[in-house]
Amino acid sequence: MTRFAIEAEGLRKRYGDTHALAGFDLAVAEGTVCGLLGPNGAGKTTAVRILSTLLLPDGGTARVAGFDVVGDPAQVRYRIGLAGQQTSVDEILTGRENLRMWARLFRLGPREAKRRTDELLEWFGLAGAADKRVKHYSGGMRRRLDLAASFILAPRVLFLDEPTTGLDPRSRTEVWRAVRDLVAQGTTVLLTTQYLDEADRLAHQIAVLDAGMVIADGSPSRLKSMIGGDQIDVVVRDAADLPSAARIIARVADASPEIDPDAARVTAPVKDPLEAITVTARELRDAGLQVEDLTLRRPTLDEVFLSLTGRGAGADGDRPAAEKGMVRP
Amino acid sequence: MSMPIAPAIPTTPAERLRWALSDAWVVSGRELIHWVRNPVVILNTLLFPLIMVLLFGYVFGSAMRVAGGGDYREFLMPGMFGQTMVFGVISTVYVVAANAARGVTDRFRSMPVSSFGVLMGRVIADMLTSTLDLVILMLCGLLVGWRAHHGLGSALAAAGLLLLLRFALVWVGICMGLRLTPEGAGAAWMPLFPLTLLANTFVSPELMPAWLRIIAEWNPLSATVQACRELFGSPGLSGGSWAAEHAIELAIGWPLLITVIFLPLSIRRYRRLNR
Ligand SMILES: Nc1ncnc2c1ncn2[C@@H]1O[C@H](COP(=O)(O)OP(=O)(O)O)[C@@H](O)[C@H]1O
Ligand SMILES: [Mg+2]
Repeated sequence: MTRFAIEAEGLRKRYGDTHALAGFDLAVAEGTVCGLLGPNGAGKTTAVRILSTLLLPDGGTARVAGFDVVGDPAQVRYRIGLAGQQTSVDEILTGRENLRMWARLFRLGPREAKRRTDELLEWFGLAGAADKRVKHYSGGMRRRLDLAASFILAPRVLFLDEPTTGLDPRSRTEVWRAVRDLVAQGTTVLLTTQYLDEADRLAHQIAVLDAGMVIADGSPSRLKSMIGGDQIDVVVRDAADLPSAARIIARVADASPEIDPDAARVTAPVKDPLEAITVTARELRDAGLQVEDLTLRRPTLDEVFLSLTGRGAGADGDRPAAEKGMVRP
Repeated sequence: MSMPIAPAIPTTPAERLRWALSDAWVVSGRELIHWVRNPVVILNTLLFPLIMVLLFGYVFGSAMRVAGGGDYREFLMPGMFGQTMVFGVISTVYVVAANAARGVTDRFRSMPVSSFGVLMGRVIADMLTSTLDLVILMLCGLLVGWRAHHGLGSALAAAGLLLLLRFALVWVGICMGLRLTPEGAGAAWMPLFPLTLLANTFVSPELMPAWLRIIAEWNPLSATVQACRELFGSPGLSGGSWAAEHAIELAIGWPLLITVIFLPLSIRRYRRLNR
């Protein structure tokens, strides 16, 4: 039987008229990564704050690492790590001093705190900058230091709230590597993100959050099959060629192609990416169309929402949840 | 990578207290590193009282009258000590609000750290800073002619009363800081400034209109300042009212009352922050 590190049932939280969480259900199996995907304001941070005992829900229940977050917060706190949406590192202290302080607060003795600090600095690739003040760190280094702090006790469950938002691609890759390493040690991770790409790379399970509710939940491949998998993008030089390009793409596409006349672009979801790109490239050339760009990519959050709810991710909040075409896998 | 051994969760009150003290020690250590590396912060709190001493002691000083006669600067200095203790709250409010806004407080609260310990760490750090402020300000006072006439013991007792007021106000500052954004905290001096003026800091209450005089005499700051003037043997003691005659009792009573109210409020607010 699967054991769940995180189990939330019907979590609700209201701020005035805003239903930040409106019946949030989630179960994350032990030792896996769950990506909580949603646009700004979907309720990701609220969910993480409730699960990490920072916030009391108005209703519903949640167990983390086997303990109730409302009834037994102290037990939960011994078993979790949290890296919040803002990094909580101290600019005036050095990286080493930051970690040493958090380690002492986790009640490690002075010697053990020192040992663990050195180990984590090494492990997160910060040993070289350990004695520099954090104010001289790059965004990626701060993130990694913050991750290291949340990993001092090697938590059973780790919460990461938008760990890569605002990072450059290189720092993002560094953070991903660190998360993968943590998971390899058996930690269960709940990470929130606005990028399907990120969830797809890291997560075993993706839950799509919209207006405080999980509207789709499953493995990345299952989610991708629901939303049509990879997207093919063709940009033609002459907008007059758009209909012919669309006809070509329609043959390999999973759904009818969308045409964006302003960008002279045709977009469509495809099932078999390799087949799609070879066939499309050949036929575009045979038809003699001038092509500016031909790419294969993951759908954006907006496209995920469009296929799940029939509307973009930006337009949330103005319709009650019941009216939004709910899709449950 | 080897895993650290997580210590057992404290169960007995004695163990809990030990952890709280150790947490307080760690947290205050962090704050002290801040001011060692950023000493400008201390100068900031001292700049204002020093300007006030120059302004009131020298520029307006000749026009200021001390009830019952005496040197105005000797009268003024205990008032400045008291006012500095009150204004210290501004930095408490600011740091507490900034830590909450920057996610530091969230990290503390997601950890098995004693909330009392974290807040005590704040208190210890602020008290050490204020003690340093007070020592520097007293040395400046000696330069402009202020003296402790009743000996070292009384002077230390006065310093104790000043720090007691500061201690009580740290809890007020924590309470306010947990409710305010850092921007809001930057405006915390606005309600405080008039409170320090409606007191015996610059002017003897005897020289005020009757209704103001009552407010000024019952102001907790006035009690501390009047008690200090008694203990230092400074001129310009006010008299003739119960509050003025019992300044030392009030200088102990007011801070205790403030602490009894705001300490539990702070801890509750901290534990239930955004809850
Ligand atoms: N402390 C708060 N006070 C009022 N509204 C809040 C508060 N926290 C969150 N909200 C609202 O709740 C909704 C969900 O917020 P949040 O959980 O932060 O979303 P996300 O992290 O997905 O961007 C938003 O509409 C937000 O404005
Ligand atoms: Mg958020």
